[in-house]
Amino acid sequence: MLALPPAPSAPARRQVFVGTALAITAATTLLGGMLATWLQFRAVAPLRESPRRGLIRDWMPEKIVVPEVATNMMLIGLCVVCVMAQWAVYSAKRADRTHAGLAFGITALFGLMVVNAQVFTWTQMGVAADDGAFHTMFYAITGTMTLLLVVGIVFTAVAAFRFLGGRTKELEVVSASALYWYFITAAFTAVWFVVYVQK
Amino acid sequence: MTSIDTQRVASTAVGPPAVVVWITSADHKQVGRMFAGTGLVGLLMGLVLAILVAFERIDAEGYQLLDTDSATQVLAAARLLLTFGAVAPLLIGLAVALVPLQLGARSLALPRLAAGGFWMWLTGLGLAVASIIANGGPGGGSAEMVDLYLLGTIVMSTGLIMTATSLATSVLTARAPGMGLLRTPLFAWSALVGSVTLVLALPVFVGTSIYLWVDHKYARAAFGGNVGVSDWAGWALSQPFTYLLAIPALGMVLDIVPVMGRTRLAQRSGAYVALGIVSLAVLATVTQTMVTLPWEGDTFLDNAGDKIADLLPWGLLTVIPLLGVLGVLGTSALTLKNGKPRVAASLAFAMHGLLTIGLGVAAHILGSIDDVGVRGSIFEAGTYVAITFGSVTVAFGALCFWGPKLWGRRIPDKAALPLALLALLATVLGSIPYMIAGFAGQPGAVMDGFAYEGPQELWNSLTTVGFTLMLLTSLGFVALAAKSFTGGEAAGDDPWDGQTLEWSTSSPPPADNFSDLVIVGSATPLLDLKSGASGKVA
Repeated sequence: MLALPPAPSAPARRQVFVGTALAITAATTLLGGMLATWLQFRAVAPLRESPRRGLIRDWMPEKIVVPEVATNMMLIGLCVVCVMAQWAVYSAKRADRTHAGLAFGITALFGLMVVNAQVFTWTQMGVAADDGAFHTMFYAITGTMTLLLVVGIVFTAVAAFRFLGGRTKELEVVSASALYWYFITAAFTAVWFVVYVQK
Repeated sequence: MTSIDTQRVASTAVGPPAVVVWITSADHKQVGRMFAGTGLVGLLMGLVLAILVAFERIDAEGYQLLDTDSATQVLAAARLLLTFGAVAPLLIGLAVALVPLQLGARSLALPRLAAGGFWMWLTGLGLAVASIIANGGPGGGSAEMVDLYLLGTIVMSTGLIMTATSLATSVLTARAPGMGLLRTPLFAWSALVGSVTLVLALPVFVGTSIYLWVDHKYARAAFGGNVGVSDWAGWALSQPFTYLLAIPALGMVLDIVPVMGRTRLAQRSGAYVALGIVSLAVLATVTQTMVTLPWEGDTFLDNAGDKIADLLPWGLLTVIPLLGVLGVLGTSALTLKNGKPRVAASLAFAMHGLLTIGLGVAAHILGSIDDVGVRGSIFEAGTYVAITFGSVTVAFGALCFWGPKLWGRRIPDKAALPLALLALLATVLGSIPYMIAGFAGQPGAVMDGFAYEGPQELWNSLTTVGFTLMLLTSLGFVALAAKSFTGGEAAGDDPWDGQTLEWSTSSPPPADNFSDLVIVGSATPLLDLKSGASGKVA
């Protein structure tokens, strides 16, 4: 066998963190592509007269009302999630299991709150999926966003179980889950603005 | 900290049954072999369907074996199988199996993600193919089966994204000490470039498929129902998306050529750049832009400013990837000129494949010029065949080259060389007549009811012969590989006098790849060691 110089113990490399960053890149192009298609459809929708805003694109049907309190609370809730996820990282670095556990719990709880608010929004808006282009695309894009949210909750649960289960030196998963929540918040901000604000 | 490449895998005397091991394994060599093996099966199935389609085009007066609807579905199934069922798994599978060995790592990064990706890809592809058989797919008559097809493509693509993520993470994080990014073997580098481009491009396809699925299932109001599937998602079965899948094939060539040329790779830095710029095609894919060159003959200079503004994106998205392929071709040719090439099947397959990929990429540029007048014609199928068959041919070469490392046995060159020549003939016959027929005006989307001046039956007959030859070549290669890898001549650990780390371990490698991890000081540590230079980092 050829004798290349032997290596000492390999330095730790942040595989989970880098993998999460790549997955976030994929999710960004997924949502970016979907938002671009949404904007493309809206740009070619026919014009109609709006009592409040004059001539507008006839994209979201007039009778549909967005429950703005719920959608705004989703955005605020995700901002809180970011703070809590970062708190989990901060506590985990100090091996503070009590506070880390609390931070993980609140992160997951607020994540569930956002999912709940999304379901509430779907119910309140009363969009029938078989009514037209806006309707199917609305469910496709918000459904995808919700799926990514659920992935975030599962990711947080895995990080919490690993850390609280005793693997307190493995901080990379905790950092990666925080990174994921930053992405989710940025992505939801884009979806919120395009789908619920611009309509 | 999660650092799987520092720990050796403990061996157990009594293990679970082999089937369970295969299903649950996260060993990259096992996962890679499963990818490549199923890729070969997909290739054979795709070629049979492609022959059916080509045969139908010979007589444009009516259908012989199929009807109008099923012909469209068979065409879709052939493209799906050749693109996502053959080229993608063959190249990605070989990368999964070999890249960690090239990097000097004990394992792939996030190996369960890659294994999960394989099973998702296989499940999704199976669903998509089954749905087409049951009257689904693009233009399918059964609404439920069209829904199932779209769901299958979503699952299949997600699986490939997962595996690509694992591969890219491996190259970024699991390299041996001393191996900077510009010291990675070129196949590993191409796996990184190809994986990142897939991570960027495939999610757009997934997003489109989600829209199509929800819309088709509930309203059919936005995307044109079953007919719209091809319009909106067909770009993933065409150029320039096929370039992205072919990127690892270019890296394979760049690793095979210097070893078989018995010299160092010429212009190594240029080769890294060349592989990188091929990935610019991802922009054309993600933006789904068909760029055209408005030449308009004599009037070109009248609006030169506008024309140049059109030329810039065309040059960036369409021409520059060709420069990358030409760079790979030039580097390979220069290396072979400097060295003493041996007559080997792997080299023959690799060079034939590279030439035909180059032909396809160049033809795609020609096809993107509106004034040439081949838009919507069968010309596009010719470019597709050149790139797809070229990629498959390179993968055959890679199996000849790295097969001994993975299985411990080698394919005899005498038996494989005729297959390499046959593959070249098959690709030429399968692609060039379609390109000529495209210039004559044969449409690409239909299989009957067309007429144009010229020997249209000849062109379509030649293509059918080309596809049949490719099927025979593939069958012959699969049989030869199966026979050689199970009972052929033992290969030894370093049968080709290799230059990179995978040749420093046993053939086949142990579960954790290397007995000891090593430090490397160059891109070709074994070659340096053999030639007396120090491979050690100063």
